[in-house]
Amino acid sequence: MTTTTVTVPRPARPSLWRRLPVVHQLRASVGLQRGMLVTGLVLTGVFVLVAAFAPLLAPYGFNQLSADGQAFGAQQPPSAQHWLGTTVGGYDVLSRTIFGARTAFLVIVAGVLLSIFIGIAIGLLSGYFGGWIDRVLVVLADAIYAFPSLLLAILAAIVISGGQSSMWGGIMAAAISITVVFIPQYFRVIRAEAVRIKAEPFVESARVVGTGHLRIMTRHVLRNSTRTLPLILTLNCSEAILTLAGLGFLGFGIEPTSAAEWGYDLNKSLADVTSGIWWTAIPPGVAIVLTVLGVTLVGESLNDLADPRLRNRRRAGRVPADAVGGASVVPGGVITAGAEGIDGLSAFEGSDPVLDVFEDALEHPQAARAADPLESPFPAASDDAGTPDGDRA
Amino acid sequence: MTATAAGGPTAPAEHVVDIQDLHVSFATDAGTVRAVRGVSLQVAPGEVLAVVGESGSGKTVTARTILGLLPETATTQGAVLLTRNDGAATHDVTALTGNQLRSVRGRDVAMVFQEPGSVLNPVYPVGWQIMEGLRAHQDLTRAEAREAAIEVLRRVGIPEPEHRVDHYPHQFSGGQKQRIVIAQALVLNPGLIVADEPTTALDVTVQAEILELLRSLPRDLGSAVVLITHNMGVVADLADRVAVMYDGEIVEQAEVRELFTNAQHPYTRALLDAVPRIGTGGLRERHVPDESVTPVVEARDLRIVYPGRFREPDFVAVDGVDLTIRPGEVLGLVGESGSGKTTIGRAIAGLTPVSSGSLRVLGVELNGAREKHFRPARSRIGFVFQDPATSFNPLLTIAQCVAEPLVVHGRAGDPREARPRVDELLEAVQLPAAFGDRYPHELSGGQRQRASLARALALDPELLIADEPTSALDVSVQARVLDLFARLQAELGFACLFISHDLAVVDLLADRIAVLHRGVLVEEGTGEQVLGAPRHAYTQRLLASLPVPDPDEQADRREQWRSLR
Repeated sequence: MTTTTVTVPRPARPSLWRRLPVVHQLRASVGLQRGMLVTGLVLTGVFVLVAAFAPLLAPYGFNQLSADGQAFGAQQPPSAQHWLGTTVGGYDVLSRTIFGARTAFLVIVAGVLLSIFIGIAIGLLSGYFGGWIDRVLVVLADAIYAFPSLLLAILAAIVISGGQSSMWGGIMAAAISITVVFIPQYFRVIRAEAVRIKAEPFVESARVVGTGHLRIMTRHVLRNSTRTLPLILTLNCSEAILTLAGLGFLGFGIEPTSAAEWGYDLNKSLADVTSGIWWTAIPPGVAIVLTVLGVTLVGESLNDLADPRLRNRRRAGRVPADAVGGASVVPGGVITAGAEGIDGLSAFEGSDPVLDVFEDALEHPQAARAADPLESPFPAASDDAGTPDGDRA
Repeated sequence: MTATAAGGPTAPAEHVVDIQDLHVSFATDAGTVRAVRGVSLQVAPGEVLAVVGESGSGKTVTARTILGLLPETATTQGAVLLTRNDGAATHDVTALTGNQLRSVRGRDVAMVFQEPGSVLNPVYPVGWQIMEGLRAHQDLTRAEAREAAIEVLRRVGIPEPEHRVDHYPHQFSGGQKQRIVIAQALVLNPGLIVADEPTTALDVTVQAEILELLRSLPRDLGSAVVLITHNMGVVADLADRVAVMYDGEIVEQAEVRELFTNAQHPYTRALLDAVPRIGTGGLRERHVPDESVTPVVEARDLRIVYPGRFREPDFVAVDGVDLTIRPGEVLGLVGESGSGKTTIGRAIAGLTPVSSGSLRVLGVELNGAREKHFRPARSRIGFVFQDPATSFNPLLTIAQCVAEPLVVHGRAGDPREARPRVDELLEAVQLPAAFGDRYPHELSGGQRQRASLARALALDPELLIADEPTSALDVSVQARVLDLFARLQAELGFACLFISHDLAVVDLLADRIAVLHRGVLVEEGTGEQVLGAPRHAYTQRLLASLPVPDPDEQADRREQWRSLR
């Protein structure tokens, strides 16, 4: 057998844009799952835009009580000046609802940023090395799970702001409390993945070569264990919003003069509900519901789409027997080798990855997880062919 | 075409199952995949039809269509006419739904799956699981169903069935579990049994016993068997007729003797040529080791013990093994699962600690060695793993993976700097350099295993450990990888520990063969000594259990095997 110098065209790889986490899933989705994902993305997008452009969108400031030297007045019904009326404190409801998005957004960013790095770092150490460090950390994580997050948030609020509630005090109180609760979540996910991945042959192969622990941890283990992070991230975002709203509702929120906050407004509108004033409670309430719904829908859809067993697909069309171009399932395509024996069969190993449907299926971790032995090989396999980053998002 | 002949009794059907122009397509994200195209097959009562082909040929999909066991994403065209087990009616399985399909399964056609360990539900006694199928179809009392379950267990050769019917799956060995799965399929006396790779997950000595059982089914019960397999030895042992599938089509159908002696289609011929056989000569010249040179690996009374869990005894994986590998020599290590062969390989690579005895690898004593002392030696050892799919980091390109040893040992600063050497290595294993930019999942199994070989050879090792490097590959791909392996060994002259469960594969490559049985080295010698005139009873049994791809020769071997049992 001579060494053949075949020029193999690089497999057509989708553009970077198509491989981005959410974009990839959006393209792979179909039907109801697509609807859910699109709804979630639109809601989340509106939330982020409103938060970013709050000063441009809101007619008044969040702590503005008067315009042109004239007081707004308390509990004014919706009018041309105040589209959603005013609160019992005399603030414009629409403006406060719009600015509230900004506070919620900051809490999400602060809370997630604080927890994700610590959670991943200790999860990786714990999962990779195991032993007594692992046992202590797991027990600690379990203990933290036992705390109600709101209780922690109240404690943090008192410690940080000493009872005074400023904008950053409130934001950090909510952020730190969710950090404490979220670290065990990231810790557990990364630890579980690290435990699984450190037993994989490719990690052993790195050990055989003599690779150091740090390099194995970062290059081989960490990069392969972040698969489920986007999902937890989205779910934690919605939890962060709820914690902030809960704090505000309980009276540990942010003073109306420092920042707009949905939970605080809800709290102050409690009395209004019974006296027939609907416009103070509904806008912040709807804002909370829609934001949490949007982020949760994104998270849930990503979860479904990442799992080949849950993902919907378009049904296979009826292919006429003589149709041209249907993907062949045999690597290398239909046999053309003559009587050259094994040499002639080198084509079997194929050169087109898209055709290696079956083999890849068995080898792709996600496909391997699928319970149905038939379900995994076919559908799960091919979606990764040609897209190296596949469903990893 | 739906259920026909629903009325009065008809003449006994000519075929148990008649597949007519079957097309199956799957919806995938990459578009429609046509797994089966235009397959027509008939199985006569009491006949054993083997459907052979390599992975992706559509053989399993075809078989599953007979039971209507395809996932939702599948679209089926054509007809699968299945005759009732009493011959009273014929149904088109592809047109049946829900209840009708349920009544057909088990009664008219039953399935034996590949992995007996995962087919049985671990939380129910095996008798309960057999009775479940029985009571789904017939109105039986508990006692009657139990009687029937005991009877069928006796029929498949489970000792003391009255007693063992209440045992749970974990209380049975792998071979017994497969017998129970077969019993489950037999209990309703179906006219057809579909066996999908029924012996692939089993050791070769257990496989021989299961084959013996399967062979008795048509004879004793008149059931037809559709046997899905990739193992030509199993085909030669069991089948009456063979259908060879390739790329979703049947390329050849013939009587078994006809096929093995006079294959018509070039694919069939290539497939048969690719099957390794014992005693056909090695792929490389035997290396006569120089006794005076210091061995690369020297094990003296090597013991490796896995500590038991709480209140369980320790597990002795390797028990007092003496082993020597000299420079440039290929030692084949053969054994069944649990024999300790992989453990020895891992111990030599420093992945598993040595419990007692002595193991010197490249001059370093591994018993009690620290990683620090062994690390310099690591650059002189290469390792090829069994499963090429999982032995590559899926997020790195092939070039980055192959460059990893070079970077770790400071021969290159980063993967890009190592690229010239990587291209050289890829060329040595006959992969185009452009493959370096691909990700592991974009390569086929054989290509990946060759890349794995390239990575193992990156540092020019003096010792290569290959742990079942071809057992996850199709035969034609295996032949190519073995051929490449032999050539590289001759070129580079590294010493090698070649671990395999397949005697024929080891025979092709090894200078010396060592046979392991339950952690003990039972026999060692050259290929001619061990395989030509085995001395130990276990080696003899192992050899006789191995089915050879030739129906006549296999019949002789079967007799030999019976006498050894």
